[in-house]
Order: sequence, then structure tokens, then C-alpha cells
Amino acid sequence: MAIKNNILSQEEYEHNFSDIHPPFERLSSALVEANRCLFCYDAPCTNACPTSIDVPQFIKQIVSRNEKGSAKTIFDSNIFGAGCSRVCPVEKLCEGACVFNLLDEPPIPIAKLQRYSTEKAIAGKWDLYLRKKSIGKKVAIVGAGPAGLSCAHGLSLEGIDVTIFEKNPRGGGLMTYGVAAYKVTPEFCQDEIDWITSIGGIEIKYNSMLGRDFTLESLKTNYDAIFLAIGVGVTRELDIPGEELEGVVDAINFIHGIRSMKYSEIQIGDKVAVIGMGMTAIDAATQSKRLGAKEVNLIYRRTEKEKPCTDAELELARLDGCNIIWLASPAEIIGENGKVTGIKCNKLSLVEPDSSGRAAPKLTGETFTLSADMIIKATGQLPFSDLLEIEKIEHSKGKINTFDNQKTNLSGVFAGGDCVNGGEEVVNAVQDGKIGALSILKYLCC
Amino acid sequence: MTNIENNFLGIKSPNPFWLASAPPTDKKINVTRAFEAGWGGVVWKTLGDQVKNVSSRYAALNHDGQRMVGLNNIELISDRPLEINLKEIKEIIREWPDRAVIASLMANTDRKSWHELIKRVQDTGCHGFELNFGCPHGMTERGMGAVVGQDPEIAKMVVEWVMEVAQIPVITKLTPNVHSVVPTAKAVVEAGTNGLSLINTIQSLMGVDLDTLIPYPNVGGQTAFGGYCGPAVKPIALKMLTTIGQNEMMKNIPVSGIGGISTWKDAVEFMLMGAGNVQVCTAVMKHGFKIINDLCGGLNNWMDEKGFATLEDFRGLSLNKVTHWEALDLNYHIVARIDQDKCIHCGLCYISCEDAAHQSISITKGIPYNKYMIKENECVGCNLCKLVCPVEDCISMIEQRKGDEYLNWHEFVRRGLPLNDH
Ligand SMILES: Cc1cc2nc3c(=O)[nH]c(=O)nc-3n(C[C@H](O)[C@H](O)[C@H](O)COP(=O)(O)OP(=O)(O)OC[C@H]3O[C@@H](n4cnc5c(N)ncnc54)[C@H](O)[C@@H]3O)c2cc1C
Ligand SMILES: Cc1cc2nc3c(=O)[nH]c(=O)nc-3n(C[C@H](O)[C@H](O)[C@H](O)COP(=O)(O)O)c2cc1C
Repeated sequence: MAIKNNILSQEEYEHNFSDIHPPFERLSSALVEANRCLFCYDAPCTNACPTSIDVPQFIKQIVSRNEKGSAKTIFDSNIFGAGCSRVCPVEKLCEGACVFNLLDEPPIPIAKLQRYSTEKAIAGKWDLYLRKKSIGKKVAIVGAGPAGLSCAHGLSLEGIDVTIFEKNPRGGGLMTYGVAAYKVTPEFCQDEIDWITSIGGIEIKYNSMLGRDFTLESLKTNYDAIFLAIGVGVTRELDIPGEELEGVVDAINFIHGIRSMKYSEIQIGDKVAVIGMGMTAIDAATQSKRLGAKEVNLIYRRTEKEKPCTDAELELARLDGCNIIWLASPAEIIGENGKVTGIKCNKLSLVEPDSSGRAAPKLTGETFTLSADMIIKATGQLPFSDLLEIEKIEHSKGKINTFDNQKTNLSGVFAGGDCVNGGEEVVNAVQDGKIGALSILKYLCC
Repeated sequence: MTNIENNFLGIKSPNPFWLASAPPTDKKINVTRAFEAGWGGVVWKTLGDQVKNVSSRYAALNHDGQRMVGLNNIELISDRPLEINLKEIKEIIREWPDRAVIASLMANTDRKSWHELIKRVQDTGCHGFELNFGCPHGMTERGMGAVVGQDPEIAKMVVEWVMEVAQIPVITKLTPNVHSVVPTAKAVVEAGTNGLSLINTIQSLMGVDLDTLIPYPNVGGQTAFGGYCGPAVKPIALKMLTTIGQNEMMKNIPVSGIGGISTWKDAVEFMLMGAGNVQVCTAVMKHGFKIINDLCGGLNNWMDEKGFATLEDFRGLSLNKVTHWEALDLNYHIVARIDQDKCIHCGLCYISCEDAAHQSISITKGIPYNKYMIKENECVGCNLCKLVCPVEDCISMIEQRKGDEYLNWHEFVRRGLPLNDH
């Protein structure tokens, strides 16, 4: 078969998966940039951050050499400040709003500065937080991803005893198993989780899954409140012929493999076609290239204007040598002897905006075929609708309905993160966890 | 055609930029390099009885990433043998006939010492003397430097001794470590000094190392007060210069301006306030001699644009624009205006006005950019918003007079006009 592993040498893997945005090596370099910051009032960068990090404040604290203060400013708003500094799509958040853009000057490298401040805190195991004495109340959190851990930290700080139930053997959620390997390493994710839980009062029960090992009902009897942070699941089916062929993989599983195996053990095709143009599609495409695929085609239904990924992400895929095919949708996966040999696509054109506000693609009747030995499906993740139905949690197409600060329809049950928003960024999940914790504290009258 | 040649007390130099008496002028090697780079003249590092310096001598004030906004030092006068200095001065004068070479001097406060020093140095053929009455550290404890400059009587006496033997122009360098430079300046002018120069360094303590708790610069666990100079002292120097130029008795005495000059603009400002030429130290200690290119080039271009053919054409032109507060026109009124097309929404104008001025800027929330507008009725025209704005020409101050006539404070009071009601 064409699908191989161990295409590259160890050195090549290391080079391809090294840190995509290297940190400041020294204080002097950080200071050059930190000093450019204008210290804006009601700063646009802060307003553009879903967790409202006081960016000018933490940057000025780098300048004044108040390093602990700087880290604390970040963590007070976002306990995943270290992880977010590496994974946030800052070009559409803080850095995208930096006023220097309006002068056509490069924005302040906020993420890099944030990494500078937070990395020291984690490496140095700074105890920036002191947990209040236990007040004898217990909260269960389902899912140890960014949303769950953020909520846990907020609650434990106030003296709540938190138990997190996590189906995987490791925490971090998609931060650990989803985000591209050249952004964060598994060690980094573990250090971040260890640092967050180091305040105490947070127990994580791994390999325990809601719906399989326990029910919401059982949690309700043992805990004063519940926070659901289960994220979203695997990629939705394409519903086209040939999907069962060997060589057709789900992007989430593919990336999960990259994050949990040696690079040399991962199977990768010579010619890879990736369906979709979201962040997951880009990550699957770039990492395919970096694993040694000779040709990678990204296939998307609409045009560059409507693409869900950011310009920076698309640019990365292009730089990595991926081909971009606009206005095409998969019609059939072609195979021989049960294995993928190609993909037939419909050519599309755009008509008036659909309900999502983007121009709707329409069949032109023409088709084309690409040869491929691996197809990666990255057309959006499927929420855990069945589980929600069973547990009687109200939802809209699998997204849990919340109101009034992360409350669900069930009393004492709160939710946040991807399972509510359908799949956004780590920073949104962290914010939901933070707000969820405050909301639960209010509910518990403490 | 502009001509930036300088004639200061008959001492000619191709441009008005001299290096102040300090490390850049302490030996032949650097002075040669300075002249190669294009400097108009040097005031040689102060000569006198040979001294011994400490190690760890400088400390700097850094601000918001800008290094050496201010510099302080605890160095003394030249620590090289006088013979060597004199030999090198002679050689330099021979090798660079078109440049100005001034010898800075400091002697014990007795007639004999001054006479001896003057005679020995005069033999080098140098073009003038600068009397160092300004060094604020080390030499003062020995009854020299600023101690002389701080006491008009002593200063006058020393200058009289100097004038008895000096056959070349004498410039007296004043210390800023006084309430006003005018009394000492008057005294030395009465004693016959041909010109003045100012300022020498300002007494200072630079700061404290927060790890060791030892102030800077750390000399084996302790420090001493040092002399402060660099960009931070420029406004103080300019003020002192102005007080000389505005003084009836001294207005015709040539003054060499010193203190924080780093750019051609600084130099022009000093000359507009009456300086006959300028001297530079810290800027060269930070950037080397090369800055002379822009000093000369910028000066040339500015004179060209303004239509000034020679330095004398604009010297002192701003002197009469400084008056007493009581004479200022209370009917003159300006208000800020924000150019919304240029605004980058940083909010710095808003918060400075709101927290620290007159609450005259309104804010309209936007995502992610707020809009800021001037409340013209509230604006007192303080300039703060314009000063903090990071965008060139985004905020301008528009004249909106309160009345046509000139109205000063005395007239205001005489007429019993109303004060603010809120
Ligand atoms: C390929 C890919 C790349 C991405 N790259 C980025 C990026 O670069 N930057 C960025 O900001 N965001 C990125 N994201 C999005 C980001 O990872 C998510 O938005 C974020 O992790 C959501 O956090 P969460 O806590 O809501 O959910 P998750 O991170 O999904 O965590 C949910 C946790 O719940 C657990 N769980 C699920 N069901 C159960 C159950 N029944 N019982 C017990 N535990 C359960 C899961 O195992 C998981 O640990 C990416 C996502 C993907 C898929
Ligand atoms: C390290 C150092 C040594 C100096 N030594 C002398 C000196 O020997 N004689 C003197 O008259 N002034 C001396 N000065 C003062 C300078 O000549 C000058 O007056 C002062 O630095 C202000 O100018 P600036 O702001 O351009 O540096 C010294 C200054 C410095 C920084």
C-alpha cells in the first residue's frame, strides 16, 4: 500500500515539528517589544480578548521587571494564559486589534510577550494563588479540557472541593490531543495542567466517562453542582460513496495520533486530500506535509473570502506547500482493493449568501478527480447529541443551551466550552469555565 | 547658501559644534578621530594637578526602553600626566589648523597655581581657555570646581588672577548647582572673562540597586554624589542660558551652550536662546563622533529652509519670547482638536485628560475601538492630550481667543474680571 510510516529521519521530524513561534530568548529582546506598547486606555487588545486579559498592564509589568505581577495579571483573567500564548489565533484577537495596525506598523507581539511572562511562572512553579480553606462543598466537572480545568481552578480557589471526570487517560482535552504539534508539546500541556491543579482541591479521575461509567443522576446525588465541559466529538461523516475505504481517516483521530504516538509510527499517505478549510483542516494538512506527504490538497466548498480559518493559518498551509482547491466538494472516494486511490469532486460556483451569511456554493455539473492514497475528513466536529438526549439536557443541534452565565435547563448543572459553542478556541473555553465557576459559586451561595 | 562657520571670541571653527571637556576630548587618539569625523572644535579634558580616578564611574537614567536619558559620573579632571596632555595638544593644533582647541583648566584656589598653569598651557598654542568652575564632585572637596562657581566672590578673584596672565580668550564655565547662575556670571564678567559657557553637570544621585541596596555607581559597596548630564538636563541648561542672554549687563557676552545637546534641533534651540556655539558630551559618549554628520546637515537644512545665511542671523531670536508670567496674554485661548482620520484609538488623550487634567474628552464605546472627542467648552488648552498622543499631528491645538485685545494678569485684576466658577 502507498500509505507509509517512518518516511522521514528523526532529525527531519524534529525540525518539522519544532516550535512554530519561538519564544524570546532573553529579557532584552522582550523589552524592545514591551517598550513599544503604548499602554492604551480601555485597550482594544484587551477588548478583543475573550478572557479580557489586561494586556497593557502585563506588558508594563515586564518593563518594570515585576515578573510575578505580570504573570498574575495574565492568569487572573486566563488560567491557561501560557497555553493560549501559543495556540490563540491572535491575528484575529488581541494582536489583530492592536492600534499599531492602524498605523500600518506591526502590532505588539502580545502572544510572545505573554509566553515570556507565563512560561517563567510555570517553569518556576510560582505559587501565585493560595486556595481558601475547604468550605465542605463539592462540585463535579465532566471533561478535563480547558473549560473544565478553568472552572476547576476558579472553584477550588474559593474552597470548593472539585472532582473532574475525564474519559481520556490524560487531561487537557483538545489542547493535549487536538492542537497542532508545532504549537504545544505533550510535556508542555502536562506541565500546564500540573501547575493549574497545584493549588490543591482538584482531583482528576481519568478513564471515567459520562454515559459509560456513570450518569448525571449519580453525580447529582454526590455533588452540590455539576459543570459539563465535554467538548465535541469526531468529525461528521461526508455521506458519500467510498467513505469506508482504507485510507479515509477522521482529522480528529489523525491528529490525536500525532499527539499521542511517535511521529515515525504515524501512517501518512504520499498524496493526501484534506476536506475542509477550518483550523482542523489546516492543521491536518500542514502536519501531513510535515510528516512527509509529498502532495497535500486542501479542498473547500467556497472561496478564500468565505474561508473559516484565518489568513495566517491559510498562509501557513501555503508555506508548507499545500495546494488549495477552492469551490469543490467531494462527490465520491475512489478505490481499488479496498484502498483509496483518488477522490472525485464536484466543481461549484457561489450564489447569494445562505443562512450563515456566507455565499452559498452551487453545483456546476462539472467534476474532476484527484489521485490520492489518503483522505482526511475535517468538515466540522460532531457534538455528543445522543448523550445530551439521554441526560435530558436541552441543546440546539448538539450545542448545549445555556443562559444566565452558563446555566443549563437542569438546576445545578452548568456547561461551557466547545460543548456549548460548538467548537471555538481554547480561549473561549477558558472564559466559559471562568464564568461557570463564578456562576456556580453564586448558586452555592458562597 | 548657508554658512555654518563659527566665530566664537575670534576663535574660528568650520561649524559651531565643539566637544565639551570630558572623556571624548581627553587624549590625542580620540580628538584626532573627532576631527576626522568633522567636529569643529574641542575643549580638552580639564587640566590641572594630576588626579586618581575610581573604578565604576558612570550610571545612567533609562526610561521606557530609552537608555541614557540622563548620565551621571564621578570622574575627576584629567588623570593623565600634564606633560603628555600638553604635548598632544600641541600636536593636534599643528595637525588640525582649521579647528578650535580650547584648554579647560582647574587649579588650586591661589594665584600662583593659576598663573603657573595658565602659562604652561598657553605655550601649547591653544586658542582659548575654559575655566572649570563647575565640576560638582571630587574637586569640590579640595576647594575647586563647583565650590568656586558657587561663590561669586571667589569666582571673581580667580578670574582676575587668570586675566593677569592670559593672552588668549578666556571662557568661564558655570556650574548649574546654584539657585541662579546670574550672580556668578556677573562676577566673572566684571572680573574680565571674555565669554561664558554653561552648564556643567548637576549634582545627583542616580538610583539604588534593589538587589544589593547600593546606589549607583557602585564603587566597592558605596557611591558618591555625581554630576548629571544628557538629554534630561537640556531644559535646565536652556533656562540658565536664557537668564544670561536677558541680562542687561551680560547680553553681549558670548556664551557657549552646553547641556543635553544631542541633535541639531537642540543646538538650534540653544542658539535661538543666545548661544554663540554649542558643546556636546553625553550624546557622543552614547553614539560616538559620527553624530556630527547629522548635527551639521540638519542645521544646514534648517537654515536653508528658514533663509538664514549665517549663524549670527538667528542667534538670540527667541530670547525676547520668554517673559514673566504676569505679562502673558489671558485672552489667548486654544482648544484641542482630534483628527479622527489619524486617531488610532489608543485612549491615551482621554485617560490623561480624565484622570489628570480637565475631563474635556468624551468617550464613545466601540468594539474594539472607542471614539474620543474633545468637549471644546471644557477644554482649557493645557496641551496634555497632544503631548501624550503617539500619532504625529493627530491632535492639534486650535486658537480660539477669548477676546481681541491683549489682557495680562495685572489688567485682569485691575478690571476685577471673574475667575473660574467651577
Ligand atoms: C485539530 C484542532 C486544532 C485546534 N487548534 C486550536 C488552536 O490552535 N488554538 C485554539 O485556541 N484552539 C484550537 N482548537 C480548538 C480547541 O482545542 C477547543 O476549542 C478547546 O480545546 C475546547 O475546550 P473544551 O474544554 O471545551 O473541550 P475539549 O478540549 O474538547 O475537552 C473536553 C474534554 O472532555 C472529555 N470528555 C468528552 N466526553 C466525555 C465524557 N462523556 N465523559 C468524560 N469526559 C469526556 C474529553 O476527553 C476532553 O478531555 C483546535 C481544535 C481542533 C480539533
Ligand atoms: C564623564 C564626564 C566627565 C566630565 N568631565 C568634565 C571635565 O573634566 N571638565 C568639565 O568642564 N566638564 C566635564 N564634564 C561635563 C561636560 O563637559 C558637560 O558640561 C556636561 O556633560 C553637559 O553636557 P552633555 O549633556 O552634552 O553631556 C564631564 C562630563 C562627563 C559625562
